[in-house]
Amino acid sequence: MPRTIIEKLWDSHVVHESPGAPALLFIDLHLVHEVTSPQAFQGLRDRGLNARRPDLTIATADHSIPTTDRSLSIVDTIAANQLAQLETNCKDFGIRCLGVHSNLQGIVHVIGPELGLTQPGMTVVCGDSHTATHGAFGALAFGIGTSEVEQVLATQCLLQRKSQSFQVNVEGKLKPGVSAKDIILALIAKIGIGGGTGCVFEFTGSAIRALSMEERMTVCNMAIEGGARAGLIAPDETTFEYLKGRPHAPKGADWDAAVARWKQLPTDEGAVYDRSVSIDADALEPMITYGTNPGMGVSINASLPDPSQITDAMARDSITKALAYMGLEGGKPLVGHPIDVVFIGSCTNSRISDLRIAAGLLKGRKVSPKVRVMVVPGSQEVKRQAIAEGLPEIFRAAGCDYREPGCSMCIAMNGDQLSPGEYSVSTSNRNFEGRQGKGGRTFLASPLTAAASAITGVVTDVRTLL
Amino acid sequence: MIPFTNFESRMIKLPINNVDTDQIIPARFLKTTSKLGLDKQLFNDWRQDPDFVLNRPESQGLQILLAGDNFGCGSSREHAPWALTQWGFRAVISTSFADIFKQNSLKNSLLPIVVPADVHAELFASDGPVKIDLPNQTLTTPSGREVHFEVDQFSKHCLVKGVDELGYILDQEANIAAYEASHPAPINALV
Ligand code: SF4
Repeated sequence: MPRTIIEKLWDSHVVHESPGAPALLFIDLHLVHEVTSPQAFQGLRDRGLNARRPDLTIATADHSIPTTDRSLSIVDTIAANQLAQLETNCKDFGIRCLGVHSNLQGIVHVIGPELGLTQPGMTVVCGDSHTATHGAFGALAFGIGTSEVEQVLATQCLLQRKSQSFQVNVEGKLKPGVSAKDIILALIAKIGIGGGTGCVFEFTGSAIRALSMEERMTVCNMAIEGGARAGLIAPDETTFEYLKGRPHAPKGADWDAAVARWKQLPTDEGAVYDRSVSIDADALEPMITYGTNPGMGVSINASLPDPSQITDAMARDSITKALAYMGLEGGKPLVGHPIDVVFIGSCTNSRISDLRIAAGLLKGRKVSPKVRVMVVPGSQEVKRQAIAEGLPEIFRAAGCDYREPGCSMCIAMNGDQLSPGEYSVSTSNRNFEGRQGKGGRTFLASPLTAAASAITGVVTDVRTLL
Repeated sequence: MIPFTNFESRMIKLPINNVDTDQIIPARFLKTTSKLGLDKQLFNDWRQDPDFVLNRPESQGLQILLAGDNFGCGSSREHAPWALTQWGFRAVISTSFADIFKQNSLKNSLLPIVVPADVHAELFASDGPVKIDLPNQTLTTPSGREVHFEVDQFSKHCLVKGVDELGYILDQEANIAAYEASHPAPINALV
């Protein structure tokens, strides 16, 4: 029987199946961070359990970490306690921790791939819904809750029900000014934020094949915003080239053997998906969200929906409520709308290529004096590379606030946040009410759109500046 | 885990689609290292409005939340079901739930009940108590209509008997050891 890559990944990780119970699935890589793990470690202590496979587990500090100078002490005592707790827990359970002062620290979904920990054919979990990012390598990667973090720490296994397979086929060629972020925002706008519930996306097609690994990560990252717990892309030469020579990638003969194995992963000819959708890459425009969930997105020059045209009462109320929160009027485009903040960062768009693209547009230009622009690299490694390429100088010369690595204003746990009523164009992944600070209003977009809007001070179609 | 018993309660109604976990409990409250005390922050930002449904006197002590489509989307934070159960909720009724929220809820004795659109609409239009019977997988609407709901048999068993999943997985030690023996470690994160 021809199988999809999703089925192959599933089949090769089933430890046991008993009738009437979900399958027991083995986990190859468990990523841990400070926010969703303390209660799990406490659970282990309460039961007198050890971490079963510290060799397959790695931790970092990213969510609540300040993005200011790391040599200063952390002012927020509750966050400081949580960060200290992570270090203690990792020490007690023998887990390697790339903590606050590590030169490998970074957003968990940035450092996994960067260190070569994430590899094709793996199962990867983390107590974080954007774990789907790692699917870019042809891994089955998904977010879990804290009870499951505890289960994986204790047993390296999880009870799982098989998801449906959902093919997202993207054919064609992206136009200048249109990027990987626009592909995923367009998908979510098309199927809605619950559209992929119960599914795993496989992204296929010529437009996906043409993406770099970092761009593929941007696409897979937001699978959860389309309701899918995981999203993945079959490995190919682009994947192997990215991985080769990374610290944790196989070496020598092991490398050749691994590549031979990885080449067996892509979906077989004739395999059937449970669902599918296609997106025409040629027709894509830069995308932007206007509402309070990532499915409320439109192409940059399109008019926002007009609630009076929506017949379903609860759907109409949702749009009305979202527009009211956002202080926007239906029926008009967003282009030209004034903004207060631009955030370039997060596990969606904080890799070196994202910074390069933003810097490319900002070089020799100034950001609008009305806009506060924060650029936050995804990891210490990204930060080092950016320095080597002279990017911080470009950002600073343009008037941006260039900061230390972390989740920062994506989740606004660390004090990097919007004030009530402020508007941001953000390269992150969520625009829920208050996500970037209580009362804050978020427009999600690509790094190009964010950089363009930073320059003009209003929501901007980047193609007018190219 | 505390065994899930049958109960009856009026509903707190939240007629909003796509309620995300950032609304259920905003991220700035996730700096805690404990599971406790989160009920105070449940729907924190919406609760600033004195007229928000959770603030009304008639809502106190109710155990069922009736919500719009796709409840619990967004972040994987288990703090969401922790906050809901600590407030007193034992079941959430919707037409659909986000996957991770659903799994997190089942592990915390919070029952996510999916009903078809017509039942959903009937519940929003009615006011009396709803009866929930997990062993028989039925919900009785205030008008007395008995509606069947789906729940996977393993989760049902765990809920009704108060079995916790980790104990069940630990019992599979022999299977896990056999799998590990035949699969070399894909990485070594410790180097
Ligand atoms: S950058 Fe944002 S979405 Fe990504 S892991 Fe951090 S908080 Fe989560």
